[in-house]
Amino acid sequence: MYMNKKHYIKILKIFPFSYYQLFYNEKVIVISLKFFDLSMYILKNNIFFNYKILSCISGIDYYSKKYRFCVSYDLLSLVYNNRIRVKVFLSETSSILSITNYYSSANWWEREVWDMFGIFFKNHPDLRRILTDYGFEGYPLRKDFPISGYIEVKYDLKSKRIIIEPLELKQEFRHFIIDSQW
Amino acid sequence: MLLNKNKKFKNFTINFGPQHPAAHGVLRLILELNGEVIIRADPHIGLLHRGTEKLIENKTYIQALPYFDRLDYVSMMAQEHAYSLAVEKLAQLKVNFRIQLIRVLFCELTRILNHLLAIGCHAMDVGAMTPFLWLFEEREKLMEFYERVSGARMHSVFIRPGGISSDIPLGLLDDIFSFKEQFLYRLLELEEMLTYNRIWRERLINIGIVTHKQAKDFGFSGVMLRSTGINWDLRKNLPYEGYNKLDFLVPISYNGDCYDRYLLRIEEMRQSLIIITSILFTLENLNTYSFNSQPNTFNFKNNMESVIHHFKNFTEGLKIPFGETYTATEAPKGEFGLYLISDNTSKPYRCKIKAPGFNHLQSLNTMCQGHMVADVVTIIGTQDIVFGEVDR
Repeated sequence: MYMNKKHYIKILKIFPFSYYQLFYNEKVIVISLKFFDLSMYILKNNIFFNYKILSCISGIDYYSKKYRFCVSYDLLSLVYNNRIRVKVFLSETSSILSITNYYSSANWWEREVWDMFGIFFKNHPDLRRILTDYGFEGYPLRKDFPISGYIEVKYDLKSKRIIIEPLELKQEFRHFIIDSQW
Repeated sequence: MLLNKNKKFKNFTINFGPQHPAAHGVLRLILELNGEVIIRADPHIGLLHRGTEKLIENKTYIQALPYFDRLDYVSMMAQEHAYSLAVEKLAQLKVNFRIQLIRVLFCELTRILNHLLAIGCHAMDVGAMTPFLWLFEEREKLMEFYERVSGARMHSVFIRPGGISSDIPLGLLDDIFSFKEQFLYRLLELEEMLTYNRIWRERLINIGIVTHKQAKDFGFSGVMLRSTGINWDLRKNLPYEGYNKLDFLVPISYNGDCYDRYLLRIEEMRQSLIIITSILFTLENLNTYSFNSQPNTFNFKNNMESVIHHFKNFTEGLKIPFGETYTATEAPKGEFGLYLISDNTSKPYRCKIKAPGFNHLQSLNTMCQGHMVADVVTIIGTQDIVFGEVDR
């Protein structure tokens, strides 16, 4: 973000972010869902921002919070040589607008977030699962999804084909609570 | 033959992969063809999905490191490096100069390692068998350096958060130097074989052209971005790990076709050799040997309190305070990014891996548009796809 003070104040007036954070000199802006589409448009096309490259989109699951999901967009500006992260918080029932109109690379990243977290992107051209198996159920990167999953796939000698069965472990998954109490 | 005008022709749909040798692993590609011209290419990925991100969330910061070797399994140390940088940023650790040099040295060796495979396999996909065999010989030498420094040929957990696993053995620098001396000639041989080869040129020139607008739109990075005329290298533009003190050039080209990307890869290897040479000379003149990655063994052996401390550090892992970071490094394939969130425990709350290949592969449909079936293989080769990182 290229900013001397004058520009900064100017942009602040038109730019509807909720709050602004700094993590180790990395800029993070949190935008409410209402203004999300507009903000992404400004960030891409405004001459003081010029974030032309979308590096990645990642979902985060804060499972105990009211706004359970966070979608975070990492943008990169080649002209001003810096990055910015845009975060949007969502409740479990709300959905977010797709930004495939602005960034083509958002297509697969949004599909991945949909696949892993079950966050629905409105107006996405082709919202299919991407990384998990055909016919997979559930959203694996949510915190309430167990690490060993629910099903297992194996070759059945009798019927001579691959079958899908509910998971059966010989030993329970051992979860060590290693953080000490004192 | 007379054709009925009302008769409709259906496009032919074929399934390319997942077991096709030119698919570089497990890419299932649904190609819609009109004759031999491609109308639509729909890559189905995820056949190598191992849930790395989920697994990392359930491991401590140190235990999560070996997963990064197994992401892009032809440029191992580059990814360990990215992870180490991210953890160091969250824990606010500083690495000393000598360690930085050794890290950069191995990152550049890794770059050569990766480009050798990229060009070798690309050439083999296009039909030239010989360079593949020559280059794998060179890769073997580089893997020996990996082995000498860490004990493992490929998945060396060498670069670690806070430093490196152990100092480099005696005599390694000499051998890297002699490797570098002879490797220049191997590069010349390779160029003699390919650069002006008529078949190679006809298969590559004007194939898979990407304009700079498309490249930005698809979020390209690395060689794919530089081939379209954009001068962007994270080592120069957003320097990390002391790259700004090193002297090297970033090659760019303007056509954005497969041939340009091949030339860029060759030139990048040359630049890597320049970096390696300068590091070798600097390391020789530095007389400090430091073992800052290892605990101080004197206290450990003489003090019960230290034993407890050591035990706790190894079982619980290190607690890292609240914070988040997106750390990106210039991996051989492009920008390898890590979005890491810590929550004051010894495990990362979220670890998102941004693989360069993921962005490149999704542009396959656009790049293949209007090309022949045989060119798909060329384009997959030039994108330098490795499924370990695309599927994660």
